[in-house]
Amino acid sequence: MNSLVPLFVIVPLGSAFLMVIFGRLIKHLSKILVTMMLLFLLYLTFYFLYNVTEPQIYEVGGHAARNGVPIAIYLVIDGFSKLLLLIISLIGFLSALYALSYTRQYTAEPKFYILFSLLIAGMNGLVISGDIFNIFVFLEISSIAAYALVAFGIEREQLEASFKYQVLGGVASLIILLSIGFIYWQTGTLNMADISAQVAGTGVFFKFVAVLLITGFGLKAAIFPFHSWLPDAHSSAPSPISAMLSGVVIKAIGIYVILRLFFNMFAINYEISMTITVLGALSMIIGSLLAIGQWDIKRMLAYSSISQIGYVILGVGIGMLVLVRGGDIKIAALAITGGLFHLINHAVFKGLLFLGAGAVEYRTGTRDMRKLGGLNEVMPVTASSSLIASLSISGVPPFNGFFSKLIIIIAAVQAKYYFLALLAVIVSIITIGYFMKLQKYTFFNKNVNFPKIREVPFSMAFSQILLAVLCLGLSLLVIPDVQKIFLKPAVDALINSTAYARVILGY
Amino acid sequence: MIVYILCFLLFLIGLYGVVVKRNLIKIIISLAIMEYSVNLFLIMVGYISAGQAPIINEEVSRTGPFVDPLPQAMILTAIVIGLATTSLLLAIAIRLYGKYGTFDIRKINHLKG
Repeated sequence: MNSLVPLFVIVPLGSAFLMVIFGRLIKHLSKILVTMMLLFLLYLTFYFLYNVTEPQIYEVGGHAARNGVPIAIYLVIDGFSKLLLLIISLIGFLSALYALSYTRQYTAEPKFYILFSLLIAGMNGLVISGDIFNIFVFLEISSIAAYALVAFGIEREQLEASFKYQVLGGVASLIILLSIGFIYWQTGTLNMADISAQVAGTGVFFKFVAVLLITGFGLKAAIFPFHSWLPDAHSSAPSPISAMLSGVVIKAIGIYVILRLFFNMFAINYEISMTITVLGALSMIIGSLLAIGQWDIKRMLAYSSISQIGYVILGVGIGMLVLVRGGDIKIAALAITGGLFHLINHAVFKGLLFLGAGAVEYRTGTRDMRKLGGLNEVMPVTASSSLIASLSISGVPPFNGFFSKLIIIIAAVQAKYYFLALLAVIVSIITIGYFMKLQKYTFFNKNVNFPKIREVPFSMAFSQILLAVLCLGLSLLVIPDVQKIFLKPAVDALINSTAYARVILGY
Repeated sequence: MIVYILCFLLFLIGLYGVVVKRNLIKIIISLAIMEYSVNLFLIMVGYISAGQAPIINEEVSRTGPFVDPLPQAMILTAIVIGLATTSLLLAIAIRLYGKYGTFDIRKINHLKG
């Protein structure tokens, strides 16, 4: 069973190399290969979700631990990794499907899919690695692929956004590498489980390292004070990549690592939990306030990503605070469930919204809402799926966004953080406001400029329809039996924060 | 201790360059300086004064202390990654020069930020 673990990295990396070698010789090879690869990964993820309950550990090179000290690089799939793997392969597959038609406008189509596969390989490797330096390596693989993909159109704004993204991402990576150096200096190990056994007593030194790590990964996740690159990069990228960046990348290389480090590696402490919660609440508010004034569809969606990521962090942060204070573990579980539920939901509806915005741009050539209007008559599939996603992100029942926000708010009230609950409600109302603006100016109003355009090609429409169905279908995750398969393992992995080290070190 | 402080100073010089400089190439150089300081730090973490090279075979005596080989392996990886990021940054900078005819970021301001 655990010999299947490295496949999550080998398959996308291998298909990227095959595309490099054979991409020019065989027409459409890259398109076929990327779809097959992601379908296989999706199958593998579901296999792990249904059949495997215990965390799976794979020691690279087969070096077994000596005297209880891990030597090899460990690849670990536990509940939390499985949730992220599901999001990566699901949104990755649907974005790739969408890209099949979308990339016809580019001259170097195979290169797009090579970079796309590398992006998937990097993120998959990151979420399954149990070694902090390996996290850095995979982080860089996916980041470099993302930088190149943002600049893929090589127009002025794409290049500029990519440069900005690279400089800030580069600084973030170096801060992360520096803090890895600090950790190695103090503990003499890179294995996260081994580190967590050694930093049990948190001193000033590890608080300093924690601040460095929050800065580094906060930059990657675009949490509030570090968000300035996100609206440029996410709005300039090709639309399937915007969907991947907003839906998956910032979660896998930002939020996932922050949660993994601060739940499973460092002992949870009050200051860090408070910092994370406050940063989450701030990005939730600032993101939504900045989104209101935007006229560029994709910029608005990008700012909205900052705000929705804030919800995820807020939910998990409340859970952390409850755990630190020794409160009811059920409330903590509820808050974390809400946060992670919103993580999946945001991947789905923000992916759909970006694909919809891409469809509009594909046919009309503009993203300016003031020039658009009345598209629901000429592009019914895009308009209706985008409407579903908008309702869902604004938290209108019975769509998925409503339930995850509701769970977060209920947990905040139960944990007696009434102010945070109120903030979550207010931000939700602001969200409805700016999405009504988006819908009104883009799809309703009168169609002045583009009366003769057609619906987008089949593959683009198809993936939008699938995501719209998922928006409704994911509401089923409120049912406890369904939650048991998808969310419960992830929540347990975070709540029983010391279990991670215990399983890996084997005591 | 002084070497660690100097190394951290090098990191801060790089950070200063990234924040303050207005020329794309200078920003890239500043990032490279930051990267070197981090690599230097990692090497120093594994260094023992008068330590031997970490190669174990019959000819090398095993009496003395060895320097830690793991940070060396780590910075080799980090250098390769740094090569990739720097070359990508330079490629984008050249493209930007082609579009705008300047390396000044004050003149490259198509996006609002």
